[in-house]
Amino acid sequence: MTTVAVPKPDERLARPRVLDRIVARPELGSVLGALVVFAFFSLVTDQFLSPMGVATWLDDSATLGIMAVAVALLMIGGEFDLSAGVMTASTALVTAILATQLGWNTWLALLASLLFALAVGALNGWLVMRTGLPSFIVTLGTFLALQGLNLGVTRLITGTVQVSGMRSADGYASAGFVFASTVNIAGTSFQISILWWVLVTVLASWVLLRTRFGNWIFAVGGAPASARAVGVPVVRTKVLLFMTTAAAGWLVGTINILRFTTVQANQGIGLEFQFIIAAVIGGCLLTGGYGSAIGAAVGALIFGMTRQGIVFARWESDWFMLFLGVMLLGAVLINNTFRRRAERVRR
Amino acid sequence: MTTPLLEVREIGKRYGSVVALDGVSAVVNAGEVTCVLGDNGAGKSTLIKILAGAHQHDSGEYLVEGEPVRFHSPREALDRGIATVYQDLAVVPLMSVWRNFFLGSEPRIGWGPFSALDRRRAKEITRSALAEMGINLRDVEQPVGTLSGGERQCVAIARAVHFGAKVLILDEPTAALGVKQAGVVLKYVAQARDRGLGVVLITHNPHHAYPVGDRFLLLKRGRSLGFHRKSEISLAELTRQMAGGAELEALEHELRAEHVVPEPAEPVDGAPTAEGAQR
Repeated sequence: MTTVAVPKPDERLARPRVLDRIVARPELGSVLGALVVFAFFSLVTDQFLSPMGVATWLDDSATLGIMAVAVALLMIGGEFDLSAGVMTASTALVTAILATQLGWNTWLALLASLLFALAVGALNGWLVMRTGLPSFIVTLGTFLALQGLNLGVTRLITGTVQVSGMRSADGYASAGFVFASTVNIAGTSFQISILWWVLVTVLASWVLLRTRFGNWIFAVGGAPASARAVGVPVVRTKVLLFMTTAAAGWLVGTINILRFTTVQANQGIGLEFQFIIAAVIGGCLLTGGYGSAIGAAVGALIFGMTRQGIVFARWESDWFMLFLGVMLLGAVLINNTFRRRAERVRR
Repeated sequence: MTTPLLEVREIGKRYGSVVALDGVSAVVNAGEVTCVLGDNGAGKSTLIKILAGAHQHDSGEYLVEGEPVRFHSPREALDRGIATVYQDLAVVPLMSVWRNFFLGSEPRIGWGPFSALDRRRAKEITRSALAEMGINLRDVEQPVGTLSGGERQCVAIARAVHFGAKVLILDEPTAALGVKQAGVVLKYVAQARDRGLGVVLITHNPHHAYPVGDRFLLLKRGRSLGFHRKSEISLAELTRQMAGGAELEALEHELRAEHVVPEPAEPVDGAPTAEGAQR
């Protein structure tokens, strides 16, 4: 039996606390994993470390990372959003249809698609909180509904399953500069999406760790009943988190439509699991209440480095999925150990 | 005599046709511990839910500092300085001690959307508030889940005291704890009392209630078996009444009889005794 509240130095302090605290960081596993992947492909391939190579895998990680960070916040808040992947296509389609078919200014079209995204996010959140159903099921419903809407509405309006011609829309130049330009560093073009990724990660991490809202995110995911009992607005917090993932979907959809100027109506399907996988590799618990925004960004980085590294190494891309599976299982096992440490009850 | 912090007079509550509480009277004074004792289903939970504002009474009177009240939410009760620490609802296990301590009342620094948690102040206040209660935690950064059950209760109690509670309602704080841990929690109950709070301690363990209690309300099947000062009742009498007095004696008798005679030769003889005890 343990004794508490002994004023003298505690004999349980024998273990080094600094190391203990580093090990307890949720992002530790993903950072170590990223270092291993980075070292591996740097040695195996020549292109991986070249400026062009770096720009390629950073770009691949960036749009995934923006979503993974938002999804991580939602997962820490104890919910899932399966509609996040298809949301990147829906928002791009709304923007493209308004700008190319109705001749709206690009910025106005972007504002409209942002409002659309926030409305869908709020609906997701409201349905989950109102019905008490698992968000997995509710957002699976929105996912399928959006998928159908994307194809159906696009075909109705354009007669095809894609919308193109963004380049000729009003305001394309300025919007493209903000969301889809490149920055030249050492003779190599880096996509501006990388900057957005860093920005989103820093902002999310600040909110999560340094603000009252961040405290509430952990609380509503960790123990909603306790959170409610001490006056945390659980419903509002969760609805805002769903709106955040939807807004992140809008940002990625915007980056894509402005860069490629064309959007396929079936885009984005299947990505939702990549976001969740990146967040889990980054240390998020599937059960909520624990995780890290930086970890999710690093999880996305592992994704991008591996996907492009396999290309640089001229391997079959089939191996990517095997790698992903192993990585995911490893991450979940490590996370599980940490959660047990944290949740352990000593009577 | 001074006005009690809390007082219930002939209070009653029905859930549909079920009478959960009927004609119960008790007082809670500042700097005193009022223990509510009773077996499962005695009405303890109903009584504290009324006191905490989670439910409303149907009959009788509920007075806070002499003024009749009827709370519509726990928040209203909290605003009157009545804080409830539920056994299972106390904390978020995965969050650190200081984040738990300030959850829902976070101190902030900065302006508008850019205002951040005042982490340093929060940690300092948490540490000093816990220390004032005599709780020395190893580290306020550690997750509450790594604390023992008793320590978690203490954090929740310290939180209620810090945020200005005048009355502290503790729902079975020692129920799931080992002997030493329960002792530690009772020590903090006494601390809160010494700081001038009125404490309502709900328990079904007279051995935990008697050492810290000043007054004892005994409940059985929604009715009061009596409201005693400590000077009026002994631990043995308290235990006897709580366990159901005569019933317990009958049960004891039955158990003893069965122990002495391992294989009853004539089961017919044993049957009436067992029936009597069950009733």
